[in-house]
Amino acid sequence: MTAPTVAHPAELGRARLRKEDARLVTGQTNWTDNIVLPGMLHMAFLRSPHAHAKITRVDVGPARNQPGVIAAFSGADFGDGQGSLPCAWPVTPDIVIPAHPPMATDEVRYVGEAVAVVVARNRYEAADALEAIEVDYEPLPPVLDIRTALDEDSPKVHEAGNKSFVWPFGNGDIEAAFSGAPVVLERTYRQQRLIPCAMEPRAVVAASTGDEVTVWSATQIPHVLRVMLALVTGIPEQDIRVIAPDVGGGFGSKLQVTAEEVLAVLITRKLGRPVKWTESRSEGNMTVHHGRDQWQRIRIAADSDGRIRGLDVDLLADMGAYLMLVTPGVPLLGAFMFNAIYKMDAYAFKCTGVFTTKMPTDAYRGAGRPEATFAIERTMDELANELGLDPLELRERNWIKHEEFPYTTIAGLTYDSGNYEAATAKAKELFRYDELRQEQAERNARNDPVRLGIGISTFTEMCGLAPSRVLGSLSYGAGGWESASIRMLPTGKVEVVTGSSAHGQGHETAWSQIVADQLGVPFEDIRVLHGDTQVAPKGMDTYGSRSLAVGGMALVGACDKVIEKAKVIAAGMIEAAADDLEWTPGRFSVRGDPEKSVTIGEIALAAFAAHNLPDGVEPSLDSDHTYDPENFSFPHGTHLCATEVDTETGMVTIRSYVAVDDVGKVVNPLIVEGQVHGGIAQGIAQALYEEAVYDDAGNLVTSTLADYLVPSAADLPSYVTSRTESPSGNRLGVKGVGEAGTIASTPAVVNAIVDALRPLGVPDVTMPCTPERVWRAIQTAQAADGQQSGGVA
Amino acid sequence: MTQITVTVDGASYVDNVEPRMLLVHYLREVVGKTGTPIGCDTSNCGACTVLMDGVSVKSCSVLAVQADGSDITTIEGLANGEWHPLQRAFHEEHALQCGYCTPGMIIAAADLLRDNPHPTEQEIRDGLEGNLCRCTGYENIVRAVKRAAEAGVKP
Repeated sequence: MTAPTVAHPAELGRARLRKEDARLVTGQTNWTDNIVLPGMLHMAFLRSPHAHAKITRVDVGPARNQPGVIAAFSGADFGDGQGSLPCAWPVTPDIVIPAHPPMATDEVRYVGEAVAVVVARNRYEAADALEAIEVDYEPLPPVLDIRTALDEDSPKVHEAGNKSFVWPFGNGDIEAAFSGAPVVLERTYRQQRLIPCAMEPRAVVAASTGDEVTVWSATQIPHVLRVMLALVTGIPEQDIRVIAPDVGGGFGSKLQVTAEEVLAVLITRKLGRPVKWTESRSEGNMTVHHGRDQWQRIRIAADSDGRIRGLDVDLLADMGAYLMLVTPGVPLLGAFMFNAIYKMDAYAFKCTGVFTTKMPTDAYRGAGRPEATFAIERTMDELANELGLDPLELRERNWIKHEEFPYTTIAGLTYDSGNYEAATAKAKELFRYDELRQEQAERNARNDPVRLGIGISTFTEMCGLAPSRVLGSLSYGAGGWESASIRMLPTGKVEVVTGSSAHGQGHETAWSQIVADQLGVPFEDIRVLHGDTQVAPKGMDTYGSRSLAVGGMALVGACDKVIEKAKVIAAGMIEAAADDLEWTPGRFSVRGDPEKSVTIGEIALAAFAAHNLPDGVEPSLDSDHTYDPENFSFPHGTHLCATEVDTETGMVTIRSYVAVDDVGKVVNPLIVEGQVHGGIAQGIAQALYEEAVYDDAGNLVTSTLADYLVPSAADLPSYVTSRTESPSGNRLGVKGVGEAGTIASTPAVVNAIVDALRPLGVPDVTMPCTPERVWRAIQTAQAADGQQSGGVA
Repeated sequence: MTQITVTVDGASYVDNVEPRMLLVHYLREVVGKTGTPIGCDTSNCGACTVLMDGVSVKSCSVLAVQADGSDITTIEGLANGEWHPLQRAFHEEHALQCGYCTPGMIIAAADLLRDNPHPTEQEIRDGLEGNLCRCTGYENIVRAVKRAAEAGVKP
């Protein structure tokens, strides 16, 4: 029997203040950089100043004589023993996955690639000694533009060439959809390169004791890291323990197996002393994997009433110099999302992964879905403009109606629930859409130098990564399940072990709420443990908005098993037949005789004492569960953005921003709202502020936070948020919310800017839409307009 | 090495430090005040903000020797028996997620409220411009500072 979920949950939907906060607001945190071990040494890396060069000589000898230096190594000192950093997602059988030694030995392929390391008594001495290392390079030409990298005469990043893979995908007769279509539009969009910039820089501490190695790392993925460290270094997996202590944000950037982690393990084994490395921000901007970086060509065919016939997407995706953990898979996640919430007859997708001499790209908040959502939502606005339709009207004509769920899309995913009409209606009302359109018309009519623009994004995304079978069909190297354990303590308190390792998401609070409802124990009596492979031995970790939809369901499964076990013991305690017992959260009682009952705490104590258990009953309620989802979950929503665009300066100001999100059932509305806020901010940052810029020689120009504009409170608006609720198909009805805001907001902002400037003839503005770019777009449009009308530009 | 005398969160320390040692490294690695984290190396992020003689400074931009004779308050010394109103407000408004920027953000907000006990939303946003947060989108940080101001924060 499966216990029913709680009929009237006390915790689900409750705005509990977070358990995590007590240590975070008082400075009692345990960041990796705080860790100090006896005899611990500090590492500093010498990094390539060239985008592409042969290494002809490395001499670390002079560094070894510097004060406080214990050791110094070049790549050659590690030899084959350093292995190759892993790529877990070989997306095609013929994909090119170049060797990626953690420390370069004969060639460097991006600025910042490690070429030597100093190990010293403290971080100052380690940094000082780097200057004594001698390296000779023979520069090679950089490869910086994926649009020309596949040309025959392009310099090569790797001997095998600059193409990593071509991944085609599609459904329906795309030629028929386009031939004879009354409207065909083609657009090209640029997804600029972004730097994730989690506030906590990466850090790693490694210590070896006998055969065992313990690694503390500011990572999102302690479990994946453990497996990968074993595979890369050859150290048996059972001898490796990975701990992710308090981790200060990730956004995908800590979903990685890094060179520094591997080298820390190798060095602590060589020296027999603990070692630590903490990156500086400038080092991090260069060498934490970057996000996005695509050129997107998108063609859409439609009938004259706006009904979409077909969509054809051709992506060039910049892999950077190497394939890291999921580098090639990121753009492919977008393949399932270009069709978004819309129905169509045919869809074709192709992605070409291209090598350049830049930092590798990999997952960054949204990972493939923001890129796809941007392109389709920009294109829907373009199509609406072409047809003279209100862009919301065009969307409504094409989206899946609420009564059509479950609906299998042209990309083959089955959306289990959704209500785009409801979310959009609510957003329009909160935004005062019709009033703003009216104001816009008036201001356009009087040629207001500050234009009002209205931007729309009716988005969906896929969360709950992921059904293992689907990952297998996409050639991913692992499953998508999640693990949970419930440990019932003799005093009636509960330890919850989760394989989903949090780094700001609030699992300790939300997981307590879920378990409190399932077991009927007080929220305060629950402690959530995570992030240490010895405490939480199984897990797939935290990324892709998977924790609640997958990890949360694992909790429910583990609670079911606790209740099953408790029932047998309760029957013995009450002296009743198990079949006569009924469970209300917190206690078993005899059906029809509620006076005869025992609480889950009493049962836990009885199991612990084990004096009078029925014959053959295991003296424990503790239970594990591993949950593999049957489907993804599909959050959706309607985001509306109003921008004021000063046509004389190019300055864009967000006047109002309304987000209505449907993330299914909500465990903790405070946490959900916070995720939406932060997500929107990161999407706005892509639209207006951020870009990783390499110069013509392949130097990263935006290597500090003085050059890479992470927005402050002064750069961002206030957000109006609301929700609709279409429960997903899992028992909790939850979907996931970690990336929704980021996926939705970028196109909403850019659509608003283009909407403001369309009357001036501006067809597009390339991100980030800085004042200079907006101003130039206006000047270019006016010059073209002047030429067309015979005037002087 | 230079000898300095510094009061940190109410306790007095006499230490010999390298003249180039940053105050934040002194606090973290010599005094053991790891509640103050480091987020960048160009004084942009504000994670390391502490109060020096009652005024907020980015402790990555101050040398330990410059703090000689000073009274430093870090996030660890802000609570006085019970949480400071800003600590409480950050908790109650869910103004933190990963919490890495939080010590600096709270200290900067304390200084902001000392200057301007009743700031408008825009004044809060402008006043915290030197402190970056990557998680919250600042919405709840602004609400928390407003809430603490309404509660009447005393510096």
